[in-house]
Amino acid sequence: MSENIVFCGVGGQGTVLASKLVAAAAMKEKRHVMTAETIGMAQRGGSVFSHMKIGEAASPLIGRGEADLIIGFEPGETVRQLPFLKQGGAVVTSIRPVQPVSAMIGLAEYDADAMIEYLKKKVRHLVLIDADESLRELSNPKVLNMVLLGAAVSTGKLSVAVEDIEQALHEKLSEKLWPVNERALRYAMNRR
Amino acid sequence: MHNEFLMGNEAMALGALAAGVNVAAGYPGTPSTEILETIAARNPGNVSVEWSVNEKAGMEVAAGAAISGARALVTMKQVGLNVASDPLMSLEYIGVKGGMVIVVADDPGPISSQTEQDTRTFGMYSKIPVFDPSSVRESYEMIQEAFAFSEEHGTPVLFRPTTRVDHGYESICVKDPEEYEKHVPDGFKKDSSKWVIFPRLSRKNHALIEQRNVRLSSVLSEYPRNQAEPASGRYQGCRRGIATNGISFSYIQDVCGKEHPAILRVATPFPFPEQKALEFLDGLDEVLCVEELDPVIERALIFLCGKYGRNVKIRGKLTGDVPSAGENSVDLVKNVLASYLGENIPERPEDPECPPLPVRPPVLCAGCPHRASFYAVKIAMKGKKTLFAGDIGCYTLGNAAPLDMTDTCLCMGAGINMAQGVTRVEPDTAAFAFVGDSTFFASGITGVINGFYNQDNMTLVVLDNSTTAMTGHQPHPGTGRTIMGDVVEKVSMEEVLRGIGLKEVVTLDPLDLETCIPEIQRVSGLPGIKAILFRSPCIVKYRPKSGRSRVDEDQCIGCRKCIRELGCPALIFDGGKASIDSTQCTGCTLCEQVCPVHAISGGGRNE
Repeated sequence: MSENIVFCGVGGQGTVLASKLVAAAAMKEKRHVMTAETIGMAQRGGSVFSHMKIGEAASPLIGRGEADLIIGFEPGETVRQLPFLKQGGAVVTSIRPVQPVSAMIGLAEYDADAMIEYLKKKVRHLVLIDADESLRELSNPKVLNMVLLGAAVSTGKLSVAVEDIEQALHEKLSEKLWPVNERALRYAMNRR
Repeated sequence: MHNEFLMGNEAMALGALAAGVNVAAGYPGTPSTEILETIAARNPGNVSVEWSVNEKAGMEVAAGAAISGARALVTMKQVGLNVASDPLMSLEYIGVKGGMVIVVADDPGPISSQTEQDTRTFGMYSKIPVFDPSSVRESYEMIQEAFAFSEEHGTPVLFRPTTRVDHGYESICVKDPEEYEKHVPDGFKKDSSKWVIFPRLSRKNHALIEQRNVRLSSVLSEYPRNQAEPASGRYQGCRRGIATNGISFSYIQDVCGKEHPAILRVATPFPFPEQKALEFLDGLDEVLCVEELDPVIERALIFLCGKYGRNVKIRGKLTGDVPSAGENSVDLVKNVLASYLGENIPERPEDPECPPLPVRPPVLCAGCPHRASFYAVKIAMKGKKTLFAGDIGCYTLGNAAPLDMTDTCLCMGAGINMAQGVTRVEPDTAAFAFVGDSTFFASGITGVINGFYNQDNMTLVVLDNSTTAMTGHQPHPGTGRTIMGDVVEKVSMEEVLRGIGLKEVVTLDPLDLETCIPEIQRVSGLPGIKAILFRSPCIVKYRPKSGRSRVDEDQCIGCRKCIRELGCPALIFDGGKASIDSTQCTGCTLCEQVCPVHAISGGGRNE
């Protein structure tokens, strides 16, 4: 059996880096990891997701009702992936919407508040991250992925050590980016 | 050996390096691009690697290397094989000396392609053996086996992953560079009876190829990756089996776990491993084929039942048990297996309470120069009868609202000649053919020559962002860089076009609307073929560090013109006024130029 995680958001938000860090952290404990990413045309402002399995599995793709954890970078995208959540699974999501061009030019509506209300109704183990507030406090707009990862570790549904994520972060990012990313990673953890 | 977390495409590249590949070529195309990029990034120094101008060129480079005894690799996406099919069909008649692996990435869905074609079917048509990996780990090992197989049997082989294998990641064990096989080519030996294709040689070799493929069917029945797994657990004695391949095999393994009916996994769909399949069919009444794209295994099993008189009902796409188009998924596999085996699984209906989800088709990036080019032509030609022929690349996204500037799109380079065809029927149409820089070099130039020679009237618009953007920024002949980062002489598009004979070749900065609009009107009014080159670098690759545009709230009258006409993802309408998402804005100033009351300023281009 594997531990199944869904990362989701909008192209350009940093879902891929987040999933890479978790994968690298799990590999430090000699665990088998598989992921499937959205790459190509869909990345240009489209919905993106990354499925991850840690442990024994043949394919990286997750079926509906099989995810232990959803890490959402955008509330509407989190709702889109919600059918994958297992009963009793946890959801960590940013509440800041990314308005699609289709909504801006009046082709389709997007009510982000309705997404958050729906999540509150459907998910018992729900962690909402106010991206604006946390990123203001961290004074860096580019570390949402770390804040979400820290919150994900705090749910107890992500069985990788935060120290391993930090070490992976050191291996993947240049040294000057370490402090702000580490603070972001610890941000949600320290608030509990 | 060491452990690495690798993308399927990276694993294939490292597998090719481990097999001692000498020469690698290809043309970028999702989902195949990262294979060649990884060969370049991990090049131990002795591999000759190139981005070819198109897939046909890449195939021919690899063929030349392979008949000189080298191990050669060529990579492309499935539609790229259409471009390269001419050399490939003939190469099979000639054969190779060094191992030659042709990686063709198929794209069920399709997720980012024009067609859902199946390279396994192409293998059958071209009589070339096909290897079909199921996972990242397997693709690493299998590509090494494919090189050895190619060399042993003197035939190029097709290696056919699909998107989920190409773009899946897995932690796998790979060889260190010191462990790589060393392959030394013995060089080209002149022999016109062998390397020059003539009808006499083709007739002789055709017969030999057919005999060889019968023999290879037996050889491949012994290939351990063609597996016939007996039923296990509660399915022992069950007379229903499953035949599958590729990523669908992985889904079935995950869905069934340790207890499963009899499974045939076909790793080499051509030549089909007949003996292995007959062994699997023994004792079965029915078989469900679970595969993506064409019903290749299904047809092969129906054929076998006829050939050997087996009374087994073969089900799958042809019987409507499995959808005939689109990508498989874990849930689809779960559902078709449950209904085949008469098992109940919990239903998961859509939740009617779920609010409407945001609609997010891919869009041109904030600051993308293509938006400015399309907008300039749109404004310049307003009210005129026009045709905007599109092509393959990021700029195909110019079809979306609100730009709506792509009337046709067919295949690489097709827009130019399609525009010609439309004007033959409607001579009063002002025809424009939009083509990207990489596409221009890949297959646009012959189209321009055709139009020039045949005296057509149209405006060629080259959207030159100095990179192959859609597939992740590969260099091309116009960039003056090779895949290994070497600086080489640039091919000048202006000189190519003037060399063909075009009298009017104008280069413009698309982000300067005031200059562009009258110039577009002037040039498009001239007779014959004329060219406008919009030159501005891809904003993802060359993102300015500062100078984002801002909306002056007091001046903004809330007319939404900027949002309505440009569809830039950085423009947001909030509280009755336009505003700009500074994390997305690149300061291109297009919205500043469009705003009727000059309420937007600060874009970096003005500083």
